[in-house]
Amino acid sequence: MKLLVCVKRVVDFNVKIRVKPDGSGVELANIKMSMNPFDEIAVEEAVRLKEQGKVTEIVAVSIGPQQAGETIRTALAMGADRGILVKTDATVEPLAVAKILAKVVEQEKPDLVIMGKQAIDDDANQTGQMLAALLGWPQGTFAFKVAVGEGSIDVTREVDGGLQTVGLKLPAIVTTDLRLNEPRYASLPNIMKAKKKPLDETSPETLGIDVSPRLKVIKTVEPGGRKAGVKVGSVAELVQKLKVEAGVL
Amino acid sequence: MALDNETMQGLLESVARFVRERLRPLEHQVAREDCIPAEIRREIAAMGLFGLSIPEDYGGLGLTMEEEVRVAFELGKTSPAFRSLIGTNNGIGSQGLIMDGTEEQKQRYLPRLASGELISSFALTEPEAGSDAASLKTSARRGEGGYVLNGTKRFITNAPHAGLFTVFARTDPSQPGARGVSAFLVEAGTPGLSCGPIDRKMGQSGSHTSDVIFEDCHVPSDALLGGREGQGFRTAMKVLDRGRLHISAVCVAMAERVIDDSLRYAVERKQFGQPIAEFQLVQAMLADSRTEAYAARCMVLETARSKDRGADVATDAACCKLFASEMVGRVVDRAVQIHGGAGYIADHGIERFYRDARLFRIYEGTSQIQQIVIARNMVRDL
Ligand SMILES: Cc1cc2nc3c(=O)[nH]c(=O)nc-3n(C[C@H](O)[C@H](O)[C@H](O)COP(=O)(O)OP(=O)(O)OC[C@H]3O[C@@H](n4cnc5c(N)ncnc54)[C@H](O)[C@@H]3O)c2cc1C
Ligand SMILES: Cc1cc2nc3c(=O)[nH]c(=O)nc-3n(C[C@H](O)[C@H](O)[C@H](O)COP(=O)(O)OP(=O)(O)OC[C@H]3O[C@@H](n4cnc5c(N)ncnc54)[C@H](O)[C@@H]3O)c2cc1C
Repeated sequence: MKLLVCVKRVVDFNVKIRVKPDGSGVELANIKMSMNPFDEIAVEEAVRLKEQGKVTEIVAVSIGPQQAGETIRTALAMGADRGILVKTDATVEPLAVAKILAKVVEQEKPDLVIMGKQAIDDDANQTGQMLAALLGWPQGTFAFKVAVGEGSIDVTREVDGGLQTVGLKLPAIVTTDLRLNEPRYASLPNIMKAKKKPLDETSPETLGIDVSPRLKVIKTVEPGGRKAGVKVGSVAELVQKLKVEAGVL
Repeated sequence: MALDNETMQGLLESVARFVRERLRPLEHQVAREDCIPAEIRREIAAMGLFGLSIPEDYGGLGLTMEEEVRVAFELGKTSPAFRSLIGTNNGIGSQGLIMDGTEEQKQRYLPRLASGELISSFALTEPEAGSDAASLKTSARRGEGGYVLNGTKRFITNAPHAGLFTVFARTDPSQPGARGVSAFLVEAGTPGLSCGPIDRKMGQSGSHTSDVIFEDCHVPSDALLGGREGQGFRTAMKVLDRGRLHISAVCVAMAERVIDDSLRYAVERKQFGQPIAEFQLVQAMLADSRTEAYAARCMVLETARSKDRGADVATDAACCKLFASEMVGRVVDRAVQIHGGAGYIADHGIERFYRDARLFRIYEGTSQIQQIVIARNMVRDL
């Protein structure tokens, strides 16, 4: 069984984000970039499925500038078999990403696509769902646990108030939540071997996908600082304030 | 330069992340329990860290000296006990074998050293032969089918865990100095070989040293490193160049770590109504530490590159070891000072680095021995 795993290059989660002076977005120049943490979880799950003998080939796909190739290399170092870079310097919105992925799926014909539930840069949480819709495939989002069967997959999902398990027929889309697994560290020998694994390059134009944006960023601002708290004199006053001022009781 | 930039960057990032996420949270525990958890040891092995300097043909990564010190710049940013675990397999415990071992000896041991399946130790120092290692007394008499070893080795890193010892012993009693010394590859479990109790040290808890005792310990003739007698001391000295650069890189890393801790503390800590980082006297400490650590980093990188180009770096490597180990001593002292009372209290971990760093000026040649090596070479090369 063949598996496609999607990886996005994003600002490293340890970096302190700064907004550009003109408010058009966040500072990206000379900033450390890494694989989206949810995608790392997706790669880890893919590699585990391969180690269990359930998957025979893992293809890692990334859409982005030339440097997104490094993100694919990381996936290859973790255990993916080959990579596809869909190279573009444009800002690619979730719908365009989903369309590109749908095209790649059409060409690669995987039995399963695993991807992060969202990327930590714009937190859209849309791509997996859009891809499922475009392909007409079943989806198991916010995966907490997956179990691959014969031509099917059980996905236990994190939902409000607990866990829900859905049975999907393959081919299907799975998006990963935080607690699915703990991704491994790429070992040094595997990082060196990753260089020798195949990495193909294509582009949205070659795939025939129009990536022109449909959204417009109006303004980007720093989060407001935390306001000073107030001290209350008694429990009664606290309850009163929660009821009347905060309106949470 | 064996690796392309992207691969090297990937390697460094993976090590940095492993240090940050897995090793740093365990620093207190490892110091308290004087033990590196078995699970972490397995992870360190899985990362490939035991084989950094072992050639690829024998299952290692075959890093160049420059690559190795750059990895050490990352790996050294946590308790040196972790580094010490892989230190002997990459340095003094394997280099003699790589440089002077026979093909058969390399095949037998290097792959297991690279994977971390086997830990190696380097047994040179004796109770009465430290700085003057060439005066060592451990004897290797020719016996039936090989040699018989007798003597005691002192302060041997990783000895309690070692599967393989590179042992320096005198094969020619008529030669009192370096020329009478040979190196042997002795496996743990060989009858007549035993380890003393684990030494109680000032710092670097979690890393263990002990005596290694040989009492009529028979080893086969193919245990003689390189198959030649009288070469042992030359092997030991050759091994030290690489070791000195590696240790120097670890000193740089530890300095950078405690500078980072001090800076964060100084920016947070307020006295007299402002962060102490605003006081010029504190700034002077930060600036001096940063400058010295940077100087050491440059020295180490330059000397490593020069070694990779094939130059003789014996003098420069000694300069690096002397400067970097003394430098980190000053830097950790300032780090304690910047932390004030907190720097003296164990919870903050700064006093632990203060104790850990002290060793760097002593082993693999004391500062005085480095000075002697440097000056002697200067006079020789005039
Ligand atoms: C934690 C630890 C781990 C170690 N690991 C190993 C190991 O794995 N393998 C191994 O073989 N050894 C190991 N050693 C031993 C280490 O290399 C020696 O301790 C070191 O070489 C110094 O020798 P010594 O302790 O006998 O001190 P000494 O040689 O007795 O030195 C005492 C003092 O005299 C000074 N001195 C000596 N000779 C001169 C001189 N000619 N001129 C001026 N000053 C001089 C020294 O600089 C020092 O200040 C380890 C030691 C420690 C503490
Ligand atoms: C083992 C121990 C025993 C102690 N016993 C007692 C005790 O019995 N009773 C008691 O009351 N206290 C005691 N103390 C507290 C001790 O006196 C303080 O730790 C000391 O005065 C330093 O204060 P601090 O730790 O808050 O460091 P800070 O005042 O936070 O100093 C941190 C750093 O900033 C520097 N700094 C601060 N202000 C300035 C400035 N204006 N300009 C330049 N540099 C500055 C300091 O020199 C230091 O390097 C003890 C501390 C220890 C560690």
